[in-house]
Amino acid sequence: MADSPALSDVRVINISKSFSGLQALSKVSLTVPTGIIWGLIGPNGSGKTTLLNVISGVLPPDSGEVWLSDTNITALASDRIARLGIARTFQTIRLFKRLTVSENVEAGVMTVERGAIDHRVADLLERFGLTEWASTPAGSLPYGIQRRLEIARALGTRPKILLLDEPAAGLNESESEDLLSVIQGVRSDKEYGCGMLVIDHDLRLIMRLCDQIHVLNEGRTIAEGTPQEVRNHPAVIEAYLGHQNQALP
Amino acid sequence: MTPELLTQQFINALSLGSIYALLALGLAMVFSVLGMLNFAFGELVTVTGYVMFWLVAAQTSFVTAAIAGVLFATLASMLIEQIAFRPLRRAPFVTLLFSSFAVAVIIQNLIRQLVSPRPQGVPVPNVFDEVWRFGTFQVGVLPMITLGVGLVSLGLLAAFLQRTSWGLAIRAAALDFEVARLMGIRANRVIALAFAISGFLAGVAGVLWVARRGTVTPDMGFVPILKAFIAVVIGGLGNLWGAVLGGFVLAFLEIGLEVLLPNEFRPFTEAFALIAVVIILYVRPQGLISTQSGERV
Repeated sequence: MADSPALSDVRVINISKSFSGLQALSKVSLTVPTGIIWGLIGPNGSGKTTLLNVISGVLPPDSGEVWLSDTNITALASDRIARLGIARTFQTIRLFKRLTVSENVEAGVMTVERGAIDHRVADLLERFGLTEWASTPAGSLPYGIQRRLEIARALGTRPKILLLDEPAAGLNESESEDLLSVIQGVRSDKEYGCGMLVIDHDLRLIMRLCDQIHVLNEGRTIAEGTPQEVRNHPAVIEAYLGHQNQALP
Repeated sequence: MTPELLTQQFINALSLGSIYALLALGLAMVFSVLGMLNFAFGELVTVTGYVMFWLVAAQTSFVTAAIAGVLFATLASMLIEQIAFRPLRRAPFVTLLFSSFAVAVIIQNLIRQLVSPRPQGVPVPNVFDEVWRFGTFQVGVLPMITLGVGLVSLGLLAAFLQRTSWGLAIRAAALDFEVARLMGIRANRVIALAFAISGFLAGVAGVLWVARRGTVTPDMGFVPILKAFIAVVIGGLGNLWGAVLGGFVLAFLEIGLEVLLPNEFRPFTEAFALIAVVIILYVRPQGLISTQSGERV
């Protein structure tokens, strides 16, 4: 059972999950407080996306609990979890491609807003530089803009915690930089500011972006700490490079 | 062919197409949200017919009976979702398919036992048999009413889907149900609404179907669901507006072949129509309006 909760944090407690005998997660615990950008890194197959799927209610864990503030959300349906305040993006972009940019954002906003939906949608479009694309079908947007739209749509649900699954995947260097400033802008935003859990393979981006980093390898936690601590952690270097006499970016 | 006959057949095709479009859209509505073909859909047409049969037999006006039939089909569809599908929500696709077959068989046999296995007449207003004349042109009243009711229903549904939050929720869920849920869209409500709309469309199509046949039978839902299924496949499985297009294409094929085929081949009109459908699907296996890279629309 969890300790007394802080306001609007998400706490993962001893989560385990296996698929057909393959242990994807083994007793993983972490806490993401609101207002903090938390990185989740690890080699391919280390269980990062599985953990996001468990937190967002897509997959039920075999054991362990997930709490959002003082609510145990472990057994709740994904739509209920979203309305309680956990939103996410996806490794492979999953916009509603045939809906317009504006409708995509509205699909997020309308689940939590009762009135002034149009105002909220317009506000998000403006903040994310999407106003000029408002009537464009999401599927025909340039890739980098689609990534931005996915974040705007997720923020439309006014989350307390935002889960970003490889937000920079497929982006070139300038688009990654652009995205970095977008994510940093969200953290400091008075209206949409929230805690974030970010997965990415781009370690440079993670090191620059995150306040704290949690490292998984083969479904187990191998390190947790500040970017500097994680960068120099022998188990992390071993997991990424296979030997310890090189440095991570 | 004279311009008068051509116009008449064009209106007939539009009229039949609007029924097929309603049926196809009703079937596609549930498929696009749940990824499941509801084979009990045809029985919603059947129950509409029997509600009308009972009410007309009880001296109720045809219009009142029709409205009651549509309401009953809508409620029946929602009830079927609650009883036969909701408890199986996490079950495999085949289980849901069998459940829908079971519902269809139960409804058909209940009607056979409780009413009669034989056809029952539903008297339709005399005005349906009349024709409107415009100079040398003449069009049947029933095809015009069918076309009007069909187009108004499709228009209202389009407005609902395009202009309301619930419509947006259904469109989003139809595109990607899992993501829609992760945005907080209430799954149970969207599914219940999809079944309600599906039942409403089956009800409206059922009224128009009964008005054309003038009789009801326990297995009368078979042909409508067959036509709906063909139309949905022509339009692109899972595509809402593709289903509407598919309905009109199928009707134009059937009426066109009926007009163009020599007399000795007319008994085989449906067979020729199905051959044409096969050719369409050979050229466009994904249907006339394709979905993008595996997504359902």
